[in-house]
Amino acid sequence: MNILVCVKQVPDTTEIKIDPVTNTLIRAGVPSIVNPFDAYALEIAARIKDVVPGTKIILLSMGPQQATAALKECLAVGGDKAYLVSDRAFGGADTLATSYTLKTAIDKIETLEGKFDMIFCGKQAIDGDTAQVGPEIAEHMDCPQITYAVEAKVEGDEVLVKRETGEGYEILAAKMPCVITVTKPSFNPRYPSIKSKMAANRAVITTLTVNDIPVDAARIGLKGSPTKVKKSFTPPQKQGGVTIAEATGEESAKKLFELLNSANVI
Amino acid sequence: MNKYFLTEDQLSIQEMAKKFADEVVAATVTDLDRRHEFPLEEVKQCAEMGFLGVCVPEEYGGAGMDHLSDVLVMEQIARHSSSLASIIDAHASLGSTPLLLAGTEEQKQKYLVPAAMGETLCAFALTEPQSGSDAGQIRTKAVLDGDEWVINGTKAFITNSTYASTFLVAAKTDMEAKGSRGISIFIVPAGLPGFEVGKPEEKMSNRSSYSCPLTFTDVRIPKENLLGELNRGFPLFMKCVDDGRVAISAVAVGMAQGVLERAAKYSKERVTFGKPICENQAIAFKLAEMATEIDVARAMLYNTARMSDNGLPFSKEATMTKMFCSEMCVRVCDMGLQIMGGYGLCDEYQVERMYRDAKLLTIGEGTSEICRMVVGRHVLKEY
Repeated sequence: MNILVCVKQVPDTTEIKIDPVTNTLIRAGVPSIVNPFDAYALEIAARIKDVVPGTKIILLSMGPQQATAALKECLAVGGDKAYLVSDRAFGGADTLATSYTLKTAIDKIETLEGKFDMIFCGKQAIDGDTAQVGPEIAEHMDCPQITYAVEAKVEGDEVLVKRETGEGYEILAAKMPCVITVTKPSFNPRYPSIKSKMAANRAVITTLTVNDIPVDAARIGLKGSPTKVKKSFTPPQKQGGVTIAEATGEESAKKLFELLNSANVI
Repeated sequence: MNKYFLTEDQLSIQEMAKKFADEVVAATVTDLDRRHEFPLEEVKQCAEMGFLGVCVPEEYGGAGMDHLSDVLVMEQIARHSSSLASIIDAHASLGSTPLLLAGTEEQKQKYLVPAAMGETLCAFALTEPQSGSDAGQIRTKAVLDGDEWVINGTKAFITNSTYASTFLVAAKTDMEAKGSRGISIFIVPAGLPGFEVGKPEEKMSNRSSYSCPLTFTDVRIPKENLLGELNRGFPLFMKCVDDGRVAISAVAVGMAQGVLERAAKYSKERVTFGKPICENQAIAFKLAEMATEIDVARAMLYNTARMSDNGLPFSKEATMTKMFCSEMCVRVCDMGLQIMGGYGLCDEYQVERMYRDAKLLTIGEGTSEICRMVVGRHVLKEY
């Protein structure tokens, strides 16, 4: 199997501060981490690698040079090789320009590493929360996509994916190549070993610039982004809920009914 | 933040150990201590991460890092669990080091490689019921009978015994020799006829790390299980004790750091007389003293580990470090618990456990008194 995992470096904060003047994220002083959903995506890919001999996991990120830190972290827990798409020309890209750039980079990487059977992405990045880049890559590639995956395994020439839905789970099969976006599974990403960490620290990460991938200049960066940010703001924090813990389930249900009824909700 | 001139590699090992300790070790430590339960799952994860063989060369299954890296791992784990850190210390610093230092190639392949990879646990069996500090007075004997050594005797307080596969056992082989002379080290696999591991001691400290009595009744091992030179076991063990003292100092510094973090957090949250207690000098001064003590101990510890890594003699420094760090840890735990008042006495707040665990550090691997004797001898030789 040849697997690509897309990874984004994001600020590690639950309360992102926003510059009130420019309406952009203030990143200074905020430590960066691997987007948690991408880490889950890598873990699911690594679990396939654990059972399918000869599987290779290539990592791809787009961002500033500092994003090599995130890629190295991923190399220590299952990745075999990493590519960083980085150029000032790509800056300010919205999801459409990002997915177009990534798809073009994937085409280029495939000429070096072979065709990918699966492309894994986190369902969304915790900074932008759009959940669009993965599905857009699938559209650019014109291949099947399965979103909100929590498990994946290869059977014959298909991949079987357990995905989360509003009601529960469903299991879908897709022909490869396909794109799979991952949400939080029931397991945690593995820890690195000292050896894998040291090897990752020494790994050379290939940077692809605008000169290395054949992009249409009109479709990249800020210029190629139809999305315009009108306003960014911190939403008001939710108030703590009410806990109902009566002696029995029946009493709790009655109490809940009373509360909802008196609030004219039901 | 003070990085103590650590290299990028050392910082990344520190970071991975911290993440593992904060996420995995912290989650189970209180419960395991309450139930006196051995942290089997955590030891397994440490093995997968390479923490059971940090300083063992890669060709023998280890991670091939330096002693300072090992110190950083131990420190982070001990921020949450002294028991788990001590299990690793007994396995790696005491149990595996003799194999690395004195093992034949065959012995290394058979016993060191699986130990460094964390497939097996090691135990270091020196102490006996009547001889702890006076280790030269051991009564366990090994007699050569044809192609086999026959071992008879009793050991006490042997860490990891319940789960160890490989025991390094000190036994008298020259009955005429006085004191610490005439002692040899043997590799004894678990489960041999006549070799019994007793019930773990019910002890105050490190309740998740098992210390057991061992009895050897005509235990027969092949002749080739002698480790190192015949009758020269004591100097070998003493060399390993130096490594062990560095490791146990790391446990002390890590645990003290853990107490400081908990006490500082508590002091900011606990409000009395209308303000957080940290705003009282009585509390802030304690925190300042704790932080200073830890910083001194850590600087001393890293220096000693660096001496070891640079091939310098460090026996005196290892003993001084062990003595200072362990006593520092007891003092810091006392101050931390005092800051936390009544809640500090409750196991949920964890400092209660750390206070109990800290006391082991001034007793195990050379009591404070023995350490002073050793350091005193060095000092008198020098001046």
